[in-house]
Amino acid sequence: MKQKKYMNPYLGGTLLGLVLIVAFWVSGRGLGASGAAKSAIVAGVNTVAPTHVEKTAFYSDYLETHPNPLNEWLVFQMLGVIVGGFLSGAIAGRLKFKVEKSPKITNKTRLIFAVLGGVFFGFGSQLGRGCTSGSALTGMAVLSLSGFLSMAAIFGTAFALAYFARKLWI
Amino acid sequence: MGPLIVNEIISQNTNLFLAFIIGIGFGFVLEANGFSSSRRLAGMFYGYDTTVLKVFFTAAIVGAVGLLFMSLFKWIDLSYIYINPTYLWSTLGGGVIMGAGFILGGYCPGTSFCAASIGKLDALAFIGGMFIGIFIFAEGYPLWENFYNAKFLGAPLLSDYFGASRGLLTFLIILVALGMFWVGEWAEKKFAREDYKLNQ
Repeated sequence: MKQKKYMNPYLGGTLLGLVLIVAFWVSGRGLGASGAAKSAIVAGVNTVAPTHVEKTAFYSDYLETHPNPLNEWLVFQMLGVIVGGFLSGAIAGRLKFKVEKSPKITNKTRLIFAVLGGVFFGFGSQLGRGCTSGSALTGMAVLSLSGFLSMAAIFGTAFALAYFARKLWI
Repeated sequence: MGPLIVNEIISQNTNLFLAFIIGIGFGFVLEANGFSSSRRLAGMFYGYDTTVLKVFFTAAIVGAVGLLFMSLFKWIDLSYIYINPTYLWSTLGGGVIMGAGFILGGYCPGTSFCAASIGKLDALAFIGGMFIGIFIFAEGYPLWENFYNAKFLGAPLLSDYFGASRGLLTFLIILVALGMFWVGEWAEKKFAREDYKLNQ
């Protein structure tokens, strides 16, 4: 099956903005992603090592306010993201197992840097209280100071480091 | 009448069900715009593909204007909308670390799940790394707890900070975004690559 083209980005942005507004209208909060990953980590650690969780402030504080971490808004929203992404990919003929990278590097190099990038992003999203979705996009839509700071820091740093990481992409 | 959950118009379970539906819309739009492709996302930082900028800022504008309209028509009470708090150092520090993660890994958390859903193995690797990163933050929390909570400024709006109204700030953001769209269109022509086809 021939792959379909991507959507016009301005139409796509408008649709994403409308999804964001519906999220505000329903829940009073916007979209997010890293919060769901945090819920999964807390739930996982709590299952494997409950006594360790009791002794560790970060987990026990979270469990106090979120007694059932997998029953969270963002967890259901992220499950939806996986379904929605799959549906779009299926309709457009883009379902395929592959490692995406610059032709100049090996799959192994790409995967090592993907894990490393994930570690940074995961850590940073906790320190910054949200990622590109929850802190930057949603934060900017509500005009919060932290949303603009977060956006500037994320994109500014990525631009500043782009030269050093160029072999990974171009 | 909105937000529905705050005004108790819908139940907790309906709220979670709607979260799932909203997520489907979110994931569908991300994938249909190619946010499931790390080379497309990284293209933002080399100028050969600025889709991220266009989609991201269009969405932020539509979201900001939409909230103002919803408030004007009394469909939503803005005082119930969650405003992200500002802890100056951790907001900036977290952003810098996330920026490094973005250029190394090629995804952000939301886009990595979206990309994994269509079979991108580099996205799965990124998700694995992200869980490790969150785990490290949780386990080492006492080490960075002070930095995490330092310089708390409350939850100000950028418009409060400048002493402007929400409407005026939104208007200014629209002007800035239009300028950036123009730069984006220019960059895609200037930094076009032979080994990368736009929008295919």
